[in-house]
Amino acid sequence: MNTELLTIKGLSKSFPGVKALDKVDFSLSAGSVHAVCGENGAGKSTLMNILMGIYQRDEGEILLKGVPVSFPTPRHALRAGISIIEQELNPVSEMTIAENLFLGREAAKGGIWVNHKALEKRADKVLQSVGLNLHTATKMKRLSLAQIQLIEIAKAISYNADIIIMDEPTSAIGEKDVETLFATIKNLKEQGKGIIYISHRMKEIYAISDTITIFRDGKYIATRPTKELPRHELISLMIGRKLEDEYVKQNEPTSEVALEVRDFTKNGIFENITVKAHKGEIVGIFGLMGSGRSEFFNALFGVDPADKGTIVIDGSEVHIKQPAQAKAKGMAYVTEDRKISGLVLSSSVQENIALPNLKPLTRFLLINGKREKTIVSEIVKYLGVRTPSLKQLVSRLSGGNQQKVVLCKWLISDPQILLLDEPTRGIDVGAKREIYAFMSNFAAEGNTVLMISSELPEVMGMSDRIVVFKDGQVVAQRSRVDFDQEELMSLASMGIEE
Amino acid sequence: MIKSAKKKRKEVQSQNLSASLMAKFSDYGIFIIFLLLVIILSIAKPNFLRPQNIMNVLRQTSINGLLSIGMTFVILTGGIDLSVGSILAFGGVVAASFASDAMGKGIHPPMVAAGIGLLAGILLGAVSGVLIAKWKVPAFVVTLGMLSIARGLTFIYTDGMPIPRIDKAFLFFGQGEVLGIPFPVIIFGVTYLLSWVVLYKTRYGRYIYAVGGNEKSAKVSGVNTRLIIFTVYVISGLLSALGGIILTARTTAGLPQAGQAYELDAIAAVVIGGTSLSGGQGALSGTIIGALLIGVINNGLDLLSVSSYFQQVIKGAIIIGAVLLDSLRKKE
Repeated sequence: MNTELLTIKGLSKSFPGVKALDKVDFSLSAGSVHAVCGENGAGKSTLMNILMGIYQRDEGEILLKGVPVSFPTPRHALRAGISIIEQELNPVSEMTIAENLFLGREAAKGGIWVNHKALEKRADKVLQSVGLNLHTATKMKRLSLAQIQLIEIAKAISYNADIIIMDEPTSAIGEKDVETLFATIKNLKEQGKGIIYISHRMKEIYAISDTITIFRDGKYIATRPTKELPRHELISLMIGRKLEDEYVKQNEPTSEVALEVRDFTKNGIFENITVKAHKGEIVGIFGLMGSGRSEFFNALFGVDPADKGTIVIDGSEVHIKQPAQAKAKGMAYVTEDRKISGLVLSSSVQENIALPNLKPLTRFLLINGKREKTIVSEIVKYLGVRTPSLKQLVSRLSGGNQQKVVLCKWLISDPQILLLDEPTRGIDVGAKREIYAFMSNFAAEGNTVLMISSELPEVMGMSDRIVVFKDGQVVAQRSRVDFDQEELMSLASMGIEE
Repeated sequence: MIKSAKKKRKEVQSQNLSASLMAKFSDYGIFIIFLLLVIILSIAKPNFLRPQNIMNVLRQTSINGLLSIGMTFVILTGGIDLSVGSILAFGGVVAASFASDAMGKGIHPPMVAAGIGLLAGILLGAVSGVLIAKWKVPAFVVTLGMLSIARGLTFIYTDGMPIPRIDKAFLFFGQGEVLGIPFPVIIFGVTYLLSWVVLYKTRYGRYIYAVGGNEKSAKVSGVNTRLIIFTVYVISGLLSALGGIILTARTTAGLPQAGQAYELDAIAAVVIGGTSLSGGQGALSGTIIGALLIGVINNGLDLLSVSSYFQQVIKGAIIIGAVLLDSLRKKE
């Protein structure tokens, strides 16, 4: 049981101008799950990239079952028995599931002719390992994000590697799939494999890991058995200071209705959604993936308008068929995926923030560049976006800072109703807290927040009221005093109260 | 914490510094190639630097320059316009037919004839624009079709024959000079300045970059993305027809076969200038350098009496080299 699969001693790696890893130690035993925790930029990814042969170390030792190794390319690492589930999904969307699973290692007759039947048969077995029941000749582009993620997981497992690195494996999948994944992980443990588990989700780390190692600013901080490391201590080790509370909440809902949605219907996606939100209130929208929650926001904001239903803002009915109209009514929308719909990655921080706000900055067709810069730098300062300059490409910022840029974009126009879809996905604890603090402040000033989140603790921590979505319908609403984790979960997954 | 923040900032800064150095190198890369070529040519052929010849290069560049500017708008949105050469021909013959007695349409003042030619270009561009923006047909397909349609319309309109006897006053568009500067060069220069202002100082220009960088994000930000995409094809059609008017005036006839394969030089100028074919990234100034580079290559290699077959090979190598430079930079 206690054989060491992997031992890392004094590993260092520098990039021009920064020491990404500073004499880091780490070890992984067979049949265990070792979680690696740290904020963005702590060095987790650098370490994994070295293990995978993508970066080369400057100094230090890597021992695989006691034998010193080094991996010049990812192929070498794979061959030595290390596979990875990467955070960013890179499927070849025109290929089938089977082809994707065995990309680069197709069993080919005479090295040339691929036997599709055999490929699909093998693929079936692999899919079963993660509880996926899909036809393996299906093209990747037809799959949901969650399914793609599960297939990536299945792929990593199918290499039959001794060591499997999982980098944020659950960022796109729902609670049910997480359970399946954890069952799979337990199975792998029993087979004596070692798993390195990276996640920002505390709940998962505590549910699945045996040991936790913490990094901070490229340095090794501590390794502890999970059972002996309370959650608050883990967080303070990660951020290097004590965190009083994970959530910040100081707003008080008033009785004045800010937004009312009645009988909102989008055929085949959601129906008869009726929701009220008050001034000063944070309304949490909780539901599983595919429950219609993001589509509801899209309709509300006019990105993809509803077929039926009314929207009432401040007591008067409004018609919203385009985002510009929603914006004119004082709404703002931070979308689920900042890279897909929130930001123009090829543009600068300033250009991104200014984009929805150019109209009032324009005089006689020309943009007032000076005023643009002043306004943008004020909001950047207000939200504490860490960027070397306003001209920096947003693609070069960390996830937390990118998310703040999206917020900045929408705050300039002084909205009264803020729609947030997964506002803290994939960002570190410190940045999360800053966003919570902002939400609380924003609502305390008499504004309204509607927030979608898949993380139940987050919804419960921040909301005054929770609306539960299930299969395109509102199945329940609960006030803060009545929040009950178990009940909310079963409402979202089964639509019934137990 | 402070230390870590500092460290992070340092990291970001150093990334930023090296990135901007690389970006500058690649921007200047084209400029350096351009300068080197000019220096080599002026040593090999002192005639090259004579004002007369420089004006010659500029005049020869002006038509491709106009097409390239339109193409830059289109490519910045992530599209492509293969129909510029055909629209150039169509706009050219339509304008010619209103500036000559050959078609029975009467001789109209140059501005009127040119205006009608421009409208013809706008119309064809608008047809492509609607299909691409509203009906989501891929730009490559639509403009490939338009390349054929506009050429066909040109032949139908002229019966396949050149339109001769163009009004003297109309010829000013191609042969006139103001203060010793050829009029086509002035049109090119003014178009460049106007386009620069539009791209960098107006909302419309920002929206073009945003649509090309991430259409979905632009849409969520309240940008009327369809309208933006539609208009770039109208602009490209307009500038193509403008090129056709200049060409008609220079050749003193409306030629139905004019402008064949011109789209290739226009795309080449944009790509050499560092604009990404996937949209959202690039600069108008790069396109101008690209167009001038092509002009200098054509002119210089002619002066050196390099065979036109070799010219094609060299031009091709420079296009690939320029993009190679760009992808090497991105890999960094």
